[in-house]
Amino acid sequence: MNAVAHILNPYLPQRAEVVERVEEGRDIFTLRLRLCDETARAAYRFQPGQFNMLYLIGAGEVAISIVSDPDNPELIDHTIRAVGRVTQGLQQLKAGDALGLRGPFGRGWPLEAARGRGLLLITGGLGCAPTTSMIHYALQRRAQYGPLTVCHGVKHPDDLIYTDRIQTWCGAPDTQVLLTADKGTPEWRGRVGLVTQTLDDVEPELFKGVAMMCGPEPMMRAVAESLLQRGMALNDIYLSLERNMHCAVGHCGHCMFGGKFICKDGPVFSYAEVRTLLAVKGF
Amino acid sequence: MTAQSRLLARADFNALIHALEAQGYRVLGPRERAGAIVFDEITRAEDLPVGRVSAQQPGSYRLEDSGNGRFFDYVHGPESLKRFLFAPEERLWTVSAEGTVSFKETLPEARPVAVIGARACDIAGMQVQDRTFLAGNEKIPPLLKGGHGGIYTDPYYATRRENLFIVAVNCTRSAATCFCASMDTGPRARAGYDLALTELEDDFLVEANSTAGEALLAALPLRNADAGAESAAAEAIEAAAVSQTRRMDTTGIQALLFDNLEHPRWDDVAERCLSCGNCTMVCPTCFCHSETDVTSLDGATSEHRRQWDSCFALDHSYLHGAQIRPQIRQRYRQWLTHKLASWIEQFGTSGCVGCGRCITWCPTGIDLIEEVNAIRATPGAQRAADI
Repeated sequence: MNAVAHILNPYLPQRAEVVERVEEGRDIFTLRLRLCDETARAAYRFQPGQFNMLYLIGAGEVAISIVSDPDNPELIDHTIRAVGRVTQGLQQLKAGDALGLRGPFGRGWPLEAARGRGLLLITGGLGCAPTTSMIHYALQRRAQYGPLTVCHGVKHPDDLIYTDRIQTWCGAPDTQVLLTADKGTPEWRGRVGLVTQTLDDVEPELFKGVAMMCGPEPMMRAVAESLLQRGMALNDIYLSLERNMHCAVGHCGHCMFGGKFICKDGPVFSYAEVRTLLAVKGF
Repeated sequence: MTAQSRLLARADFNALIHALEAQGYRVLGPRERAGAIVFDEITRAEDLPVGRVSAQQPGSYRLEDSGNGRFFDYVHGPESLKRFLFAPEERLWTVSAEGTVSFKETLPEARPVAVIGARACDIAGMQVQDRTFLAGNEKIPPLLKGGHGGIYTDPYYATRRENLFIVAVNCTRSAATCFCASMDTGPRARAGYDLALTELEDDFLVEANSTAGEALLAALPLRNADAGAESAAAEAIEAAAVSQTRRMDTTGIQALLFDNLEHPRWDDVAERCLSCGNCTMVCPTCFCHSETDVTSLDGATSEHRRQWDSCFALDHSYLHGAQIRPQIRQRYRQWLTHKLASWIEQFGTSGCVGCGRCITWCPTGIDLIEEVNAIRATPGAQRAADI
C-alpha cells in the first residue's frame, strides 16, 4: 500500500495557466502555458516532437504537440486547431485562465541522429505544429545542422498559418522554404499543387540528409515513397503519427498501431518502423 | 512452495473463509447469479455453486446439476480476476474550480480482498495485464522496458494488486470452449497465487505459494497429504488438460496474421460479428478504456473517470471527426491481430490465455481458433477490393 502511494500518478494533471494566447489563423491559435507549481515547473523538460495532454476543466483532455523551444521549458507553447468540444473550449481561454497539463509524453524527433546533416521538413495541411518545433529548434542552433529545406503544403492559401515566422525562416542562412497550395488564388505567390511535387525543387543533396514530416497519412506515405525513390534511406525518414488518445501512457489502447503505442513508442517513428502498416487501410 | 502438501477436508472449507476473514480480507468466491457463475462475497461453503457444472459451447452457457457435491466443477463464468484489479469504471481524480483550481487523485481504498476460485487462466490473464499496468516487470523484453516511452505504472491497478490474495483452484474439469493447455497457461496454476486448491473426492489438496499463503495455512485444520492424494490431484488436472478438444496453433502466428491482413476471412467473420464487444468484456487481458468527465451541475467540480472500452466500439478509433476503423472487418482484425500477434511485440507474451470466454460469450458463437485456422488453411488469399 505504501509503495503505491509514492508512485507518481501519470494520470493526474498539474495546474497550468495561460500566459498568452496568439491567434494564428482561422480557428487556429497558440496557447503559451506555464505550470503553476514552482517545483513542477523547474523539473519540466521536453524534446521537440513530444506532446502534452491539456485538460480543459469539466470538458476533457486532448493531446497537443509542443511547439516551443526546449531550452525555455518554463513557457510551453501549443498550437491548436479548434475542431472538437475540448479544443473549441481551449480557444475561449484568456491570459491568466487555469487548465490542466500532464506530460511531456512520447518520443520526439531524432535530434542526435540528425545533427550535422541536411534537414528536409515536410508538412501537409495542419500537421505543421510538430514539424514547426523542429524547424525552430534547428534554426536556433543553425551551426549544428546542414542545409534546411521546408516543404509546406496547404489545401487552400487561407489555411497558411505562421506567415510571419515563415518569412523569418526564408531569411535564415542556408534555408529554403517551398510553399504550395492544392488550389491557388490570385494573391497566392507560392506553388500550386501537392506537397509531393515540391520535392522536384529540393536540392538533391538534401536527399542524403534526414527527412521529418507530419500531416495526413496518405500525404506522408506518398512523400516517404517519393523520398525512397530519390535515394533517401528508409531509416532517415521520420513521421509524426496521430491517433485517438486518452491516457498517453500506453494503457488505454486507443492509439495502437499494430504493435506500437503511438503515445509512448511514438508519435515520431522512422518510416522503417511503420511502412508496412501504413499501406493497410483501417489499421 | 511447501515441501509438504496438505489436505483440507471439504467439510472444513468454512475454516478457509473464516481464516481469511480473520486476517481482514473481504472474501469473494464463485456464486450462482442469474444463470451464471460470478464472483461475489461469500461467508460459508454453502454459498459456493455446490454440485453445479457449466455446459459451455460457442455462444452458449448453461448451468446444470452434476449429481455430486463438489464445489468447483463449474470451471468458470464470464468473470476473471480483471475487475478486481482494473475496475470496470472508476474515478481517477477530481478537479475543483472554486478559488484556486486544484487537482486531487482518488486512489482506491487499499482494502485487502481475497478471491477464492481463480483459475490458472485467470491468474495467467492477470500476469498479462501486469505487463500493461505495472512498470518494473522483469519479463518485459528489455527493448520495450528501456524503450522510448517506457512502462508507466497505473497506481489504481497497483493499489488493488498489492491488496489481492488469490486462492487458486486447479481445474479438474474443462469446459468445451477451454484451450489453456495449448496456450501453456493451465489447467494447473503455476505462479502468481497465494494458495492453490485441487479438489479431490472428499478433500482439497492445498499448496502455498507465498509468505501470506504460508501464514494462512497455519490457521487451517490440515493434515499431511500422502503420495496417493498428490498423484490423484496430478491425474485429475492432467485429465482436464487431455479432455480439451480445442487447441490453438500459435506456430508463426505473428507473421501469419500480419501477412494476411487482406485475407477474405476477415470479411467472412465480419458477416457473423455483431461488434458488440462481449469478447473484450469477458477477456481477462483486454485493457482498453476510455476517459470522460462528469461535471457537477454548477460546474464548480468535475470528476475524471475511466471505464472499460472496446476496440469493437465505433468511436474507439475516432480521429478528427471520422473513424480509422469504420468497418467491422477492420475492428475484428484489430482485436484478433492484437490479441494473438502484436501483443507479443508489445509485451513479450500472447494476449490470449486460452480461457475460451470469448467463444462462449460471443452471441453468434465466433471461435477465434476457427478464424485463425481458416487463415492458416489458405494463406495469401486476397479479398476483392472495396468498390
